[in-house]
Amino acid sequence: MSWTTILTAGAVMGALAIIFAIILGIADKKFAVEIDARVPEITECLGGANCGACGYAGCAALAEAIVRGEAEPNTCPASKGEKMARISELMGVEASSKAPVVATLICTGDCETAAVRYEYDGVPNCRIANGLAGGPKKCTWACIGMGDCIKDCKFGAIAMGKNGLPQFNKAKCTGCGACAKQCPRGAITLMPVEAKVAILCRNDDNGKAAKDNCKNACIGCRRCEKACPAGAISLIGKHCAVDQEKCIGCLECTKVCPMGCVATLK
Amino acid sequence: MNDFTKLLVLLVTSILSNNFIFSRFLGCCPFLGVSNKVETAAGMGLAVTFVMALASLFTWLVYTFILLPLGLTYLKTMSFILVIASLVQFVEMFLKKSSPSLYRSLGIYLPLITTNCAVLGVTLINIEQSYNLLFSVANGVFGALGFTLAIVLMAGVRERLEFSKMPEALKGFSSSLIIAGLMSIAFLGFSGIGG
Repeated sequence: MSWTTILTAGAVMGALAIIFAIILGIADKKFAVEIDARVPEITECLGGANCGACGYAGCAALAEAIVRGEAEPNTCPASKGEKMARISELMGVEASSKAPVVATLICTGDCETAAVRYEYDGVPNCRIANGLAGGPKKCTWACIGMGDCIKDCKFGAIAMGKNGLPQFNKAKCTGCGACAKQCPRGAITLMPVEAKVAILCRNDDNGKAAKDNCKNACIGCRRCEKACPAGAISLIGKHCAVDQEKCIGCLECTKVCPMGCVATLK
Repeated sequence: MNDFTKLLVLLVTSILSNNFIFSRFLGCCPFLGVSNKVETAAGMGLAVTFVMALASLFTWLVYTFILLPLGLTYLKTMSFILVIASLVQFVEMFLKKSSPSLYRSLGIYLPLITTNCAVLGVTLINIEQSYNLLFSVANGVFGALGFTLAIVLMAGVRERLEFSKMPEALKGFSSSLIIAGLMSIAFLGFSGIGG
């Protein structure tokens, strides 16, 4: 093997490599896909849990939708304050904040107050327990307390309390509503953060049956309705409910409730 | 035999009797790695088919018009690696621009193919068998179809196994390797077909 052969081999391989490099270099420029620089930045500002509360397939998909103008900058429920302001700034629109909401359990029927229908000894899962003869608690509106919502919370805002009901951490809750969607009883609702008072019962049994089922049940006596100076409380079905827009936070209703289901929200 | 008959024979042999995975044992890493779900396995098969056809075409051109006249045929393995790697990169860029949906569905499989030995294997076999351009490309496509068949079959078996009771020690790759061996033995039954 002479020097020329070695050199030709080297030259050919080198030439091939250079040609391919040039082709790839040109292709890189020619086929460059423009990615809107705002997309990654907006993705940074979103919740980052891919919770799906916005209705898009994850945070990146929402960021793309915001850039395309399909979604409002404030769509993400988990993105608040500075982060949301940054998104609005990137999109060049006025920062407008949706009234922040937090998940709230509309039930106070804990292990002591709620009457038990039967001893449930199966898989600790609300959905399964709910399907078994109407659930372990007599009240069919009550929180089952197996903690499905805890598993569903992407932000670690729910923990099981000692009383057998999930406790919601307002500071961590982003109001994405994932827990509310999956609760088989629909016992979780999103309440405005500022809400002062709420009637934490939504049963539709008659007063006597409701009272038998749970010591904390709303029996629809309407005493709170009469006590309310702002007319914010009204009877819906067989239980009372507070209209948060009208509520002035005077807490008169909490003083008259015979059952103790009108609660101040901390 | 005329060319058409030869092509038919090539089709049968490269899918059944000379299957890349079961009789040549090329491309085993994606065969084991990407065969968890039938859908992804089919996606991988599609990507491999695409790249193998293009790789066969370009390596044949490089071999015939550059390496052969210069007497550098011993450089074929090295130069083919170069060709395949650049080709995959190019295809990836091209797809990203022209067909984002196809790009998304092929996803991570495209870059993975760069190091797939079945692709390099098919190009070297083309040269070894001294195929012409048509037969090289046909061999690439048919070989890749055989690869797709193998990986989809494997994925089907593994999907079923997910729900069956198995001893702890056999779960995962150990059972996959046993299955691959059994399938290979089954495909041995095709040997001799098409010569």
